[in-house]
Amino acid sequence: MQSYDVAEQGLRGLNQVLQAQSDDTNQTTWQITNPKGSHALAVGLDAPIDVTVKGSTGYYCAGMNQQATVRVEGSVGPGVAENMMSGTVIVEGDASQYAGATGHGGLLVIRGNASARCGISMKGIDIVVQGNIGHMSAFMAQAGTLVVCGDAGDALGDSLYEARLFVRGSVKSLGADCVEKDVRPEHLDLLKDLLERAGVDAKPEEFRRYGSARQLYNFDVDNAAAY
Amino acid sequence: MDKSNPRTMPIQSATFTNEINAEIRRAAATGIYDIRGGGAKRRVPHFDDLLFLGASVSRYPLEGYRERCETSVTLGTRFAKNPIQLDIPITIAGMSFGALSGQAKEALGRGASMAGTSTTTGDGGMTPEERNHSSKLVYQYLPSRYGMNPNDLRKADAIEIVVGQGAKPGGGGMLLGQKISDRVAEMRTLPQGIDQRSACRHPDWTGPDDLEIKILELREITGWQVPIYIKVGATRPYYDTALAVKAGADVVVIDGMQGGTAATQDVFIEHVGLPTLACIRPAVQALQDLGVHRDVQLVISGGIRTGADVAKAMALGADAVAIGTAALIALGDNDPKWEAEYQKLGSTTGAYDDWHEGQDPAGITTQDPDLAARLDPVEGGRRLRNYLKVMALEAQTIARACGHNHLHNLEPEDLCALTMEAAAMARVPLAGTEWYPGKAGF
Repeated sequence: MQSYDVAEQGLRGLNQVLQAQSDDTNQTTWQITNPKGSHALAVGLDAPIDVTVKGSTGYYCAGMNQQATVRVEGSVGPGVAENMMSGTVIVEGDASQYAGATGHGGLLVIRGNASARCGISMKGIDIVVQGNIGHMSAFMAQAGTLVVCGDAGDALGDSLYEARLFVRGSVKSLGADCVEKDVRPEHLDLLKDLLERAGVDAKPEEFRRYGSARQLYNFDVDNAAAY
Repeated sequence: MDKSNPRTMPIQSATFTNEINAEIRRAAATGIYDIRGGGAKRRVPHFDDLLFLGASVSRYPLEGYRERCETSVTLGTRFAKNPIQLDIPITIAGMSFGALSGQAKEALGRGASMAGTSTTTGDGGMTPEERNHSSKLVYQYLPSRYGMNPNDLRKADAIEIVVGQGAKPGGGGMLLGQKISDRVAEMRTLPQGIDQRSACRHPDWTGPDDLEIKILELREITGWQVPIYIKVGATRPYYDTALAVKAGADVVVIDGMQGGTAATQDVFIEHVGLPTLACIRPAVQALQDLGVHRDVQLVISGGIRTGADVAKAMALGADAVAIGTAALIALGDNDPKWEAEYQKLGSTTGAYDDWHEGQDPAGITTQDPDLAARLDPVEGGRRLRNYLKVMALEAQTIARACGHNHLHNLEPEDLCALTMEAAAMARVPLAGTEWYPGKAGF
């Protein structure tokens, strides 16, 4: 296992060495110590490596991740795994705003709670939150799946496109054009797979599904009050 | 009433003009505001309201066609390991594949590359054609993040974080469904045929402190190699420039209200933002106050049409300019040869601005394959190259006449203003005086 002390060796060196890993690297396991809330930690990775961060991070941890598995043994600041393309990011603690924002792919797992705008503008990423999520989550979410084992705040799925939302607890309110939909067998299969991959012990049947009513897809002046 | 008495002459209202009345009737009939492309059409103080003074007893000119007048510029010298070197200080502004056809984007890349300058992506991401035909390509990082991915980010020669644009500062965009081809839809991860909203705010940062961290992330992902621009619509140029510098920008791009858009509400285009002329001096002042003028480069856009405009922007302190609408016109937009078709669309040459409808007779602002095929990207590229070269020659001609051996040596003292408004905005004297509004001591 490779070790890297952020406090001693610096952020630039960390990202440089992690980004330098190739598809066939033999340095596949990394332990990062003393993150001390650093921003932009382990960003832009593109190799099948496992990175464990021993502590909490600042903004944009694992931003634009590809292939790598990044596990944070702490909490993360805003924008964790933003624009992730592939791979897996696991946060053992809580996540601040914009978790998984604009992500195109991969799996983001948050063991604690996620703050406002979780999954904003998501474009294919899968997000599983074991706790609750804040307001305006999945705003303008285009594709992918957001699974919330706890409760969702106000305006869930506002101006939603084709992303799929599942919530086990309560939803304080739905945003514009977001409606509850039937849970069909294929959705139970999808949930089962995601929960298993996220290591979450929950039953798919306990979740309710939300999606776009698709009423705002093309501008109509009679819908102006919805905006 | 005696009908033989003289009648009062019909008087048209200066408030309720025929144009205004027509718009009221249109709104009443349709129930939707007017959406169009292009920039502000209203008359605002502009570069036309400035004149160069030229050489005189106190200054001597350089010989045209003999003595060199440099035009090169380097953008991104503050932090980037690989600043962008341009032969001319005229760049191509961001315009998306989606708003423009693939052929038009290719033509822009070809023309810019032949002229030794950069072109810029737009909402929707980077196409391989655009990358392959652009020797220097600036990758826009937009609120929508449509098509945004780290692989393309690393292929870019610079990154432009778009906070706003001059046609709609504070507004997002809407690419209407009729322009959403299968390819455009796929690049943006949205269903074919739906109206695609481009967000007005970035999804993962708010304010200059966050922006500083966002820039750190982008630099870390790109290894601190490429310059990072921040583009804003002209509204508060002094403070926006200062905050962009604080956030860590290498280059600040300010887009005035004459700057074009592919599709925005007319009320937004005409009533929000500052004229381009009004934002240069405050932005330069901010850079000077922070001690970074010329270290952080300033790019000005919005209504740049001629080499005179280029020279005037640079004399006021800009390092380079960007053109959008003018480049499209060089490719063939609003060309009189399509007049019959413009008439069919209810418009006319020079006024056609329904770029959002995808029916552009010139084949530029469309995704219709038959219309798009009307533009030959090789020929279009050659036309753009010619136009860019002419603009550079014009700017050099003026600079030589003012005694400068580099466009960057043009200065406000080379200028005077024709109107009080232009004098106040450009902070150069009214012609024939030593005075401008706000100048201390007057």
